[in-house]
Amino acid sequence: MPQEYIPIAVLIILATGLAFLVVAIGHLFGPRRPTQRKGQPYESGMRPFGPGTRRMPVHFYLVAVLFILFDIEVVFFLPWAIVFRQLGLFGLIEMIIFIVILLVGYIYAWKKGAFEWE
Amino acid sequence: MNLSNASASLNAILPLVVVILWACALLLVDLFITKERKGLTALLAAIGMLASLIITLARLDLEAVVFNGMVTVDGFSNFLTVLFLGSGIVAVALSYDYLKRMGLEKGEYYVLLLFTVSGMMLMAVASDLIVVFLALELLSIPLYVLAGIATPRLDSEESSLKYFLLGSFSTGIVVYGIALVFGATGTTSLAGIVDAITAGSAGMGLLVAGAAMLLIGLGFKVALVPFHMWTPDVYQGAPSSVTAFMAIGAKAAGFAAILRIFIQAFPALSVDLTPVLWVLAALTMILGNVVAIAQRNIKRLLAYSSIANAGYILLALVPYGQSDVAADSVASALFYLLAYAFTSFTAWSVVIALEQVEGKGLELEDYAGLSRRYPILALTMTVAMLSFTGVPPTLGFLGKFYVFRTLLEGGFPGLAVIGVVTSLISAYYYLRVVVYMYMREGEPQAIRDPWLYIAATASAICLVVLGIFSQPLFAWASQAMLH
Amino acid sequence: MVPVEYYLGLSIVLFSLGALGVLIRRNAIIIFMSVELMLNSANLTFVAFANQYQLISGQIFVFFVMAVAAAEVAVGLALIVAIFQTKQSIDVDQINLLKG
Repeated sequence: MPQEYIPIAVLIILATGLAFLVVAIGHLFGPRRPTQRKGQPYESGMRPFGPGTRRMPVHFYLVAVLFILFDIEVVFFLPWAIVFRQLGLFGLIEMIIFIVILLVGYIYAWKKGAFEWE
Repeated sequence: MNLSNASASLNAILPLVVVILWACALLLVDLFITKERKGLTALLAAIGMLASLIITLARLDLEAVVFNGMVTVDGFSNFLTVLFLGSGIVAVALSYDYLKRMGLEKGEYYVLLLFTVSGMMLMAVASDLIVVFLALELLSIPLYVLAGIATPRLDSEESSLKYFLLGSFSTGIVVYGIALVFGATGTTSLAGIVDAITAGSAGMGLLVAGAAMLLIGLGFKVALVPFHMWTPDVYQGAPSSVTAFMAIGAKAAGFAAILRIFIQAFPALSVDLTPVLWVLAALTMILGNVVAIAQRNIKRLLAYSSIANAGYILLALVPYGQSDVAADSVASALFYLLAYAFTSFTAWSVVIALEQVEGKGLELEDYAGLSRRYPILALTMTVAMLSFTGVPPTLGFLGKFYVFRTLLEGGFPGLAVIGVVTSLISAYYYLRVVVYMYMREGEPQAIRDPWLYIAATASAICLVVLGIFSQPLFAWASQAMLH
Repeated sequence: MVPVEYYLGLSIVLFSLGALGVLIRRNAIIIFMSVELMLNSANLTFVAFANQYQLISGQIFVFFVMAVAAAEVAVGLALIVAIFQTKQSIDVDQINLLKG
């Protein structure tokens, strides 16, 4: 039983080892001449201005939360779809009720202006 | 499950269906009610709960096991459903003027209240741990929002965040407990758990661990010591109308789950669990009552009082494993919950009447001289305090009496003595409120709102009248839980 | 097949990490993430036992936990954003207006 997992273990070891190896080779043999310009976040790009962390507009948060809510509810469609034929009309009505309840929430969010950008 | 089967199932939980559909409809209707007329939303919410209450009262003897055994409608659930719907309606009466005064009128308030009530009702009928979990979340999540409804007032936001973090922590513990019970027995149905235990196929170690985690998680919800530390802060910071509802509804729903799960599924574990319940009950009564003495803020005082009361309700559960006492256990716990609900609503409606904007009017000193200027309020508050203390002939006295009787039947005289002694300690801080109202000079400020006064006086009268004629009420509470 | 005890052990470790996180960490978001870790350790237990008993109901329970956790996330993040806007901090040690 544990033997089945040996290839995976070998793969993990190889992948980890390779990652370390590549970084180590660059570190050992690469020439290093640090200058101030090279230390900047965007070398030969924009000059950075202001601190790195900035506030996100709260719109993003609202959209993200609504996305999480409606996205997760979809998990219930998956088992339903698999046994859809066995459940027949009953399952269909159940799912319609489920969707209607989701729809109530959607209409509420819409009327409250959660989807307006400006 | 087919269509006719499903309609029979839905019919059995019709009061719950009415409340949920009403809440969804009200959410949409409220969008078209202008800001000045939010009283209409309050009225509609109360009508929905009243309709559901009438349906429940019309079929009080209904008994059914539906939804493939996931839902059980019986005397236990009918009693609690009436209690929850009644609390919901009283909460609307307490809220309407309070919200207007505090500038918190939002239609969502009443919708969230309806959703919370529906979660509590689902808890009353749940006979599968999945449904218990769903009901717990359905009642908790709207309550988190309700606690913070006074945003951007910082105390309300803080209270809400604390309630949320501790509440979701306890939910995590409950879910893990359910997972362990599922691992031990291969089922989440309460009846199935009993079958697995009697067949000897259950892993007892896992089962005891799961039951203990369920007790801890639900202990957070009903504020048992040592899982109570969130209670005073949350009760103090939340708007008073929400706190009143939280103190009664959420506690009753938590105990509904504890009673149903332990008495129906875990009697076989009583050897391990009874000592734990013993210690929890003793700690809760002692700490709740002793710390309450030091409180000067009336909301914190009532918060510690609610912790202490959780201890008294838990007393009823201590002898749950003895099959001849279990029925009395349920009956006395339900009766105590009812007495507690009436008493709390009386006390909280007086608190709400005295509360001014910016959290003024909540200190004990603000109650000085209340009997001169507002004799009715002072009298109702006195009745509530006497009932909390357990002075006859109030309902609170009978609640304690039945609980102690159950304890003695189960053979726990030591715990009963602790209960009586802590009741005597509690007399000190309850009666201090009465002393302030009647014997100190002061200029108290209170509002005159008809709904609030009706709620306060009606529940105070119920405390005395039902206290005198308690027999039918106890008989109703004794209606059996279906196994 | 991996025996169920291994999964149970892993889930106990995850659950303890989550519970410790709630008790030790002071940042509201991190506390909240720790709660999610606890819920997911319960999910792992469910799936492991559902597999052992060959029962589908354990897996369905996981769906319910996930859906409810999503609702909790929505409410929790909204609360945290609201309190951050008022107070400019989500450190629970600084959230101490109510003496406790």
